[in-house]
Amino acid sequence: MSALQTVKFYQTGTFTVGNRLLAPEERSVQANMQRTNSLNSGHRACQGCGEALGARYAIDAAMNATNRQLIAANATGCLEVFSTPYPETSWQIPWIHSLFGNTAAVATGIAAAIKVKKQKGQGQDVCVVAQGGDGGTTDIGFGCLSGMFERNDDVLYICYDNGGYMNTGVQRSSATPSAARTATTMPLGPEPGNPFGQGKFVPAIAMAHEIPYVATATVADLRDLENKVTKAMSLRGARYIHILVPCPLGWGTASHDTIRMARLAKETGIFPVFEAEHGELKSALAIRRPLPVEEYLRPQKRFAHLFGKNPAVETIARIQAQADKNIRRYGLLSKEAA
Amino acid sequence: MQKPFAITLNPGSSLANHTGSWRTARPVYLDRLPPCNNQCPAGEDIQGWLFHAESGNYEAAWRHLTRDNPFAAIMGRVCYHTCESACNRGKIDEAVGINSVERFLGDEAIKRGWKFAAPEKESGKKVLIVGAGPSGMSAAYHLRKLGHTVTVMDAGPYMGGMMRFGIPKYRLPREVLDAEMQRIADMGVTVRLNSKVDNILEQMKSGSFDAAFLAVGAHIGKRAMIPSGDAAKIVDAISVLRSMEGEDKPMLGRRVVVYGGGNTAIDVARSVKRMGAEPIIVYRRTRDKAPAHDFEIEEALQEGVMVKWLSTIKQAGDHQITIEKMALDDKGFPQPTGEFETLEADSVVLALGQDVDLGLLNGVPGLEVTKDGVVKVGTDLMTGHAGIFAGGDMVPAERNVTVAVGHGKKAARNIDAWLRGETYAPPPKHEVAQFEKLNPWYYADAPKTVRPMLDIIRRQSTFEEVQGGLDESNALFEARRCLSCGNCFECDNCYGVCPDNAVIKLGPGKRFQFNYDYCKGCGMCVAECPCGAIKMEAEEI
Repeated sequence: MSALQTVKFYQTGTFTVGNRLLAPEERSVQANMQRTNSLNSGHRACQGCGEALGARYAIDAAMNATNRQLIAANATGCLEVFSTPYPETSWQIPWIHSLFGNTAAVATGIAAAIKVKKQKGQGQDVCVVAQGGDGGTTDIGFGCLSGMFERNDDVLYICYDNGGYMNTGVQRSSATPSAARTATTMPLGPEPGNPFGQGKFVPAIAMAHEIPYVATATVADLRDLENKVTKAMSLRGARYIHILVPCPLGWGTASHDTIRMARLAKETGIFPVFEAEHGELKSALAIRRPLPVEEYLRPQKRFAHLFGKNPAVETIARIQAQADKNIRRYGLLSKEAA
Repeated sequence: MQKPFAITLNPGSSLANHTGSWRTARPVYLDRLPPCNNQCPAGEDIQGWLFHAESGNYEAAWRHLTRDNPFAAIMGRVCYHTCESACNRGKIDEAVGINSVERFLGDEAIKRGWKFAAPEKESGKKVLIVGAGPSGMSAAYHLRKLGHTVTVMDAGPYMGGMMRFGIPKYRLPREVLDAEMQRIADMGVTVRLNSKVDNILEQMKSGSFDAAFLAVGAHIGKRAMIPSGDAAKIVDAISVLRSMEGEDKPMLGRRVVVYGGGNTAIDVARSVKRMGAEPIIVYRRTRDKAPAHDFEIEEALQEGVMVKWLSTIKQAGDHQITIEKMALDDKGFPQPTGEFETLEADSVVLALGQDVDLGLLNGVPGLEVTKDGVVKVGTDLMTGHAGIFAGGDMVPAERNVTVAVGHGKKAARNIDAWLRGETYAPPPKHEVAQFEKLNPWYYADAPKTVRPMLDIIRRQSTFEEVQGGLDESNALFEARRCLSCGNCFECDNCYGVCPDNAVIKLGPGKRFQFNYDYCKGCGMCVAECPCGAIKMEAEEI
């Protein structure tokens, strides 16, 4: 139909998962009736789990991009625990559970084995993904991860960041945001919650390794997430994707608000969504409806101590300053960034 | 199977684990009533026909539209589109240009020669319709579709009623009117023009009709007592508008005073302006209190029509009138101030409302007339006399074309049921899809497409249509601004956002289904559904 080609406006554009007005090849992987469902039903993740959603989004996209030739190594953590309680598995891909801290190394080993087998004329080209939560990535597995990066091993590492050790009872990790309440950073004393000036943002550290590809994404921007995974699978060498996956349990949010929280994190500038190649920032997903950080903080019980009768105005201002810095650093408000 | 040490269970899929048992509330798909549909006096399924227009399937859209209202091209010009005031998109940027898409579809239908099919089965029942205006012709269309034999009688020389004799050409070109009227006649409706019905009961008896629908309209101009000399020329607005249709244009002189503040007053003023006269409207209250639609007042002012607000005519003389200034009291009623002014006036046109000619109803037993001079009807539009129904301007209701068309449809459904000895029961209305039920994040930013307006000089001197139409790409764009409030448009969001794969996609046109074996009841599908077509219901525990 000529009409569909001349009019470049599709009601919901690419904001929704699918869109009947787009040609099938222009729709998302998740809109496909034959999507892999790499992480299948029956898993034991909490209601409204952002990580379960993010993992299916990412691995389905990777499966699609590699013609289903994919092996995953998985660090200990929520994702591993809820997907594989013995003797069941929710995974519909070859999947290996590593230790908490060595999943990058295990993935490196798989990639090396595939390489050797190919050299011997056995087996075919199979891609390798390593995945873990923020605890297994930014804390416990960081040594192995950095090694994988600096050797430029042929692995895509995906970190699902929910900002803490949620599986074991919501303890702080180095990805827990400032001022957040966890079981180990209680809202007590002069600086309640997780202290400012600690923790790390691993995507920036990955960029410092100058690996071929680093990207961040959230479960609120499916098309962006799928594009990044697809692009990563088209490249060789060490690649890193860091996906923000809200956790209703650890964040103290309603289970139906998971995507909304991810959207607010991106729209307030709290979580910058960008991609970088060989250490250089290439593009950022522009903020569509700029909002103050309060909009993001207020619905979360882990920040409840900032509000109430005497709002912690100064603390909120410090968090706003972090968001403003992200906006400046990654160009989140510039039109070119989109 | 030989199992390793300490292993007792066979490996298997997590599909064995029915996580649906965790649920305390379940998501349920539903259709909510879009506010536009809820508002439409003709009961159009606006969201429904826009859905087809969005995919460029204009014929399907037009056919869907005409299920309720056969006059898309007329509506797209003269309907006051209160649907657009109700449109939820107005809370995001601007309301969807429903009226302009409707006009596009109507014009497309005329251009492509789309027709209505004759009914497949004849009922054998005969229905008489008196009046070939919007209400009568709408009823004729719906009754004919239901298989009845329909005869329309009208006193006038053409079909269209007030749409022809009350609405000026610059708002409704006659070829558009003719095309949509003729299309109804082509379904096998007998139309007898220049045939005034003097007595409805006799007419029904002589023609052996089983039921009748009266829609004679209101076209007797109301008079006001204005002291006037012999030389004063005072005429009523409806006769002026009617005479515009004929060869002999009305002789009103240069300075024409139009008395009244309704849409008819505006129509007369704008028409005489086009004939080279200088119209001046005299109205006793203020602009915001005037019954005319504000956009019509605005267009009249743009064209150079003068208005004297807060004024009444005290006396009409030879080529001049005396007006008295008024002031609004606490209750908003105009009160005389004793301040007078003289205006040059070659003629005075009274546009003070219209009465119904009820002559044909003389001697009908059971029939009642209200104190406003209109016919009393029940909610089924039946008069006090069984088998005689009435609608349009001659019954108590707001007087406009869309309401009249709606009456035609409603009457047809009730007549059809009555002819079978049944009572028509309208299907229950769905709850309205309020803006709060939507998730507007998902809609692309897109301001309204504005229809082109005719050049001001030509608006002042010709009867060419003032408002232009949208072209195909504009109309498609405009249709796609629809939010599809309350009705699934298959965006796949629920299918995508479920962390438990508990939504089953059934394929194009078939929508989705929940797999309650695995749905944990998180409610994410409800929160992320753009159009509010899912709701949570508590589980019985």
